[in-house]
Amino acid sequence: MGILDSKIPSGPLADKWTNHKNHIDLVNPANKRNIDIIVVGTGLAGGSAAATLAELGYNVKTFCYQDSPRRAHSIAAQGGINAAKNYQGDGDSNYRLFYDTVKGGDYRSREANVYRLAEVSGNIIDQCVAQGVPFAREYGGLLDNRSFGGVLVSRTFYAKGQTGQQLLLGAYSAMNRQINRGKILPFNRHEMMDLVKVDGKARGIIARNLVTGEIERHSAHAVVLATGGYGNVFFLSTNAMGSNVMAAWRAHRRGAFFSNPCFTQIHPTCIPVSGDHQSKLTLMSESLRNDGRIWVPKRIEDAQAIREGKLKPTQLKEEDRDYYLERRYPAFGNLVPRDVASRAAKERCDAGFGVNKTGEAVYLDFASAIMRYGKEKALTSGLKNPDDKTLRELGEKVVEAKYGNLFQMYEKIVDENPYKTPMMIYPAVHYTMGGLWVDYNLQTTIPGCYAAGEANFSDHGANRLGASALMQGLADGYFVLPYTIGDYLSNDIRTGKIATDSPEFDAAEQEVRDRIAKLMGGSGTHSVDHYHKKLGKIMWNKCGMSRNAKDLQEAIDEISNLRADFWANVRIPGSAEGMNQELEKAGRVADFLELGELFAKDALTRNESCGGHFREEYQTPEGEALRDDENFKFVSAWEYKGEPKDAVLHKEDLVYDNIELKTRSYK
Amino acid sequence: MLNKQLMSGLIKSSIARKVIMALSGLFLVFFLGQHFVINVTSVIAPDTFNSWSHFMGYNPIVQYILQPILIAGVIVHFVMGIVLELQNRGARGVKYAKYKGSANASWLSRNMIITGLVVLAFLGLHFYDFWIHEMTYKYIESNPEDPTRYYAETVHKFEPFWRTVIYVVSFVLLALHLLHGFASSFQSMGLNNKYTPAIKMFTKIYAIGIPLGFIFIALYHHFNQLTH
Amino acid sequence: MKLNLKIWRQKDAKSNGQMVDYPISGIEGDMSFLEMMDVLNEELITKGEDPVVFDHDCREGICGSCSLQINGEPHGPDRLITTCQLHMRKFNDGDTIVIEPFRAKAFPVIKDLMVDRSSFDRIQQAGGYISVNTSGNTVDANAIPIDKHDADEAMDSATCIGCGACVAACKNASAMLFTSAKVSQYALLPQGQVEATDRVLNMVRQMDLEGFGNCTNTGACEVECPKGISLENIARMNREYFSASLKG
Repeated sequence: MGILDSKIPSGPLADKWTNHKNHIDLVNPANKRNIDIIVVGTGLAGGSAAATLAELGYNVKTFCYQDSPRRAHSIAAQGGINAAKNYQGDGDSNYRLFYDTVKGGDYRSREANVYRLAEVSGNIIDQCVAQGVPFAREYGGLLDNRSFGGVLVSRTFYAKGQTGQQLLLGAYSAMNRQINRGKILPFNRHEMMDLVKVDGKARGIIARNLVTGEIERHSAHAVVLATGGYGNVFFLSTNAMGSNVMAAWRAHRRGAFFSNPCFTQIHPTCIPVSGDHQSKLTLMSESLRNDGRIWVPKRIEDAQAIREGKLKPTQLKEEDRDYYLERRYPAFGNLVPRDVASRAAKERCDAGFGVNKTGEAVYLDFASAIMRYGKEKALTSGLKNPDDKTLRELGEKVVEAKYGNLFQMYEKIVDENPYKTPMMIYPAVHYTMGGLWVDYNLQTTIPGCYAAGEANFSDHGANRLGASALMQGLADGYFVLPYTIGDYLSNDIRTGKIATDSPEFDAAEQEVRDRIAKLMGGSGTHSVDHYHKKLGKIMWNKCGMSRNAKDLQEAIDEISNLRADFWANVRIPGSAEGMNQELEKAGRVADFLELGELFAKDALTRNESCGGHFREEYQTPEGEALRDDENFKFVSAWEYKGEPKDAVLHKEDLVYDNIELKTRSYK
Repeated sequence: MLNKQLMSGLIKSSIARKVIMALSGLFLVFFLGQHFVINVTSVIAPDTFNSWSHFMGYNPIVQYILQPILIAGVIVHFVMGIVLELQNRGARGVKYAKYKGSANASWLSRNMIITGLVVLAFLGLHFYDFWIHEMTYKYIESNPEDPTRYYAETVHKFEPFWRTVIYVVSFVLLALHLLHGFASSFQSMGLNNKYTPAIKMFTKIYAIGIPLGFIFIALYHHFNQLTH
Repeated sequence: MKLNLKIWRQKDAKSNGQMVDYPISGIEGDMSFLEMMDVLNEELITKGEDPVVFDHDCREGICGSCSLQINGEPHGPDRLITTCQLHMRKFNDGDTIVIEPFRAKAFPVIKDLMVDRSSFDRIQQAGGYISVNTSGNTVDANAIPIDKHDADEAMDSATCIGCGACVAACKNASAMLFTSAKVSQYALLPQGQVEATDRVLNMVRQMDLEGFGNCTNTGACEVECPKGISLENIARMNREYFSASLKG
């Protein structure tokens, strides 16, 4: 086990969390008033953690780079949130959710953490409903469910195509309640620049006020990082423009181990890239795969004709279409997990069957769903012998009610009507399963520094199932971290306020100032975006959906060179005083340039294919991922030692007592 | 019971101010309808016009209770309108270099202050024409009651071309004011539901119909005198 | 596509600003409006000038960060979208595009096109929540059946993204649509009833304190709202306010 202690409680799987809660130390209410906690990031994990911690009585300061906690990128999650409620009576249970998640993660996640996640999932729904989150309901007034990829039950709760928004606004409202009570002090438009350690413990942060440019010191007894993922290392991703790895990376540089950086989720259903100007990619919810059928032309000549605009997809006959997911994975069909669907799309496009100008797109077709719903609707509304046109109209209405906002979004971006012609989709970087290593208590390897939500690595292994990110963010924030952190803070009841005039704070602030000065002092040849786009190209081409040793080695070298170039030649106009968006971006890209290299190094080390990590050298004859449980059934945890190339690998061996490791099959 | 919260709310809250605008406006709209019903008799039945006008002019309830309420209604509506307008102008701060109001809202709804002020100016003339005249007749000159004088006096007013034109123009602007204001008062008071389309239709008919009626009366009397 | 941009430039909250002309070329119809702004900024940076500052984040129309008054309309001429979803195909070669920040006394300019919308946060803090502890120790989610119609309507109100287009569009810079959307969401759900009285009174009081204008029912907010939030919400809030005032 090395120096990594995951602190997984003993006992049977189903009792671990309850036993743990019963035995950890608590802080009494009077003492909580004397304890300060900093929460960086106010998305689902950070917002819910901040609200709950404040409610318990701690003094909480929250930090976010956005102008309001309500804008955190959790808001963009569309499809839904999983919970093992078994409201549909289709055999769901905590165990089944646990099993699906571990299997979906290709057996690279921690059993105990995942089981806890499944265990608290039901409570999340109760909590959110109590908060007034308007989940979709059936006519009987009870909650509705839909199904998502990689599972055989219907356990996804949703609020139209804006589930993330509604859950985030729920957490935001819980925060607002505490802000109104004076228990949370929000620092919006602030960016964490560094973590401050005193006597080896996380005791505060250095933050930059993004409006005034002031460098501020904030102390606390513990620091929670809920700063999301690092998908923007690819430049183009479905993440928000501002999503970054800075807080996590600063913590990493201060001693927090970084786990599984190469585990990245490439989401299969995004709107394809339209040109070089593209600044970000837009996701089309996975829920669309409930009804949409994915296909490319069967004949390469047809694909070519479509690319040249000589042929329309609607002109292609049924037998000339290749519904490749249904063909390859009959059991799960279009609802295979994301990694599988993405790779299959790439495989078809690489083979020359792609359908848009760039050749990097496949069709997501609703024509048969529209007709099917039309027939249902006609039947229930007593229409006799309706013609195809009527059926189509009826069906379109049903589809509109289900996915209207997504279809509208698609039409605005692509300028095509997805009711009439199939959507074009292509995989894009979406979520990062890797992140800061945390133990069962969500504590990183720095005492007092915690990581929650996408920022940690803990629950999704090598691939995350749809609608599980919201579940994990809220589980961590509402139900896990607020309790486990007490165990640590119970030792701090006599500490008193942490001073911000200590030599440690002085040194950390000076380092931040030096770093900013260095960024501002570049020779001024290229803009920040120039470097970010270059980094993104390297990452996408060499560390993307499929990887090989040669590419990865090249990526390491190229990123290392690009980093040196960046520090010497970046151009940041204006000054560090006051608002400077280029400086903000530069700080983030500087960290991506380090993380990217560690990412490639991690991918190079992992000589197996699992989940989102597909190494071309390790595949079955049919092109499926070939996992190596004998040698790679571990969590990689990288220790910072200066340059990313010097990072030291620690392994946390994964133990499966309750699940039998199998080859993941969705056939 | 109106408690302290509402009383302070009446002065302070934006919603209460809006409700006051709506209520005073509705009251004036109701009065307008009643006014029209009396006036229209001047076209169809001059005797009825005389007797109703006399009743309005000498009935103590009308004179000492309803008339002050009406004047108060006008003042409240006007003062509150000005207060809201000033506040609203202040709420923008720096003006837009380009503001395309026509893209998202009707001219009527955006220019209630203009139509309102024109109607107010007209009310000045109207007061001068009839109310001041009445007051002078009754209280300053202390003339005796004459239940037959109203028809002739009224008709006489519409003899000059300029006055008729002012009346017509003012009623056009009143119609514009009502076209937004009448329906809007229901929204302000919280009425927006399945009956809203019907209400909107009714207010539209009323907002156009009643001023059109007044215009007809003015023109009728004006041209009637020309032909004589 | 060649365009002539007229953009509001303002160094900081204290400085005066002015409109500055920026001719730009090489714009494609498939670009989003903000990608066009990226092109401009890249040019400015290359020339050694200060890039134009504007708020933006998710660029998929949900975070509510992006703003911009474009040719006199919040989020530009297209409907039911935010600026980040506005595409340049909506403009023609040679067009002049006037780009200004959302204007309201309660939205002071921070720099260039970026404004401070924290007044919205303060309205929400005044009562935009249901006071339940986040312990999860509450009734089962299906213990309170909610009429689907009410739940859907609450959802429609809840989709507000807090971008401020309603305020920017309103000739009075009124925040009634924003405030009423939250009040309505809770008013339509049984969970929201307990605190309904205090909620509406406190939120409206805060809204007034922030210096937003009064609603004159022009309906501009509803037309410009990227999420199609309906005026019915304002009527509902007026009702709620009235009955709350009577209850005290």
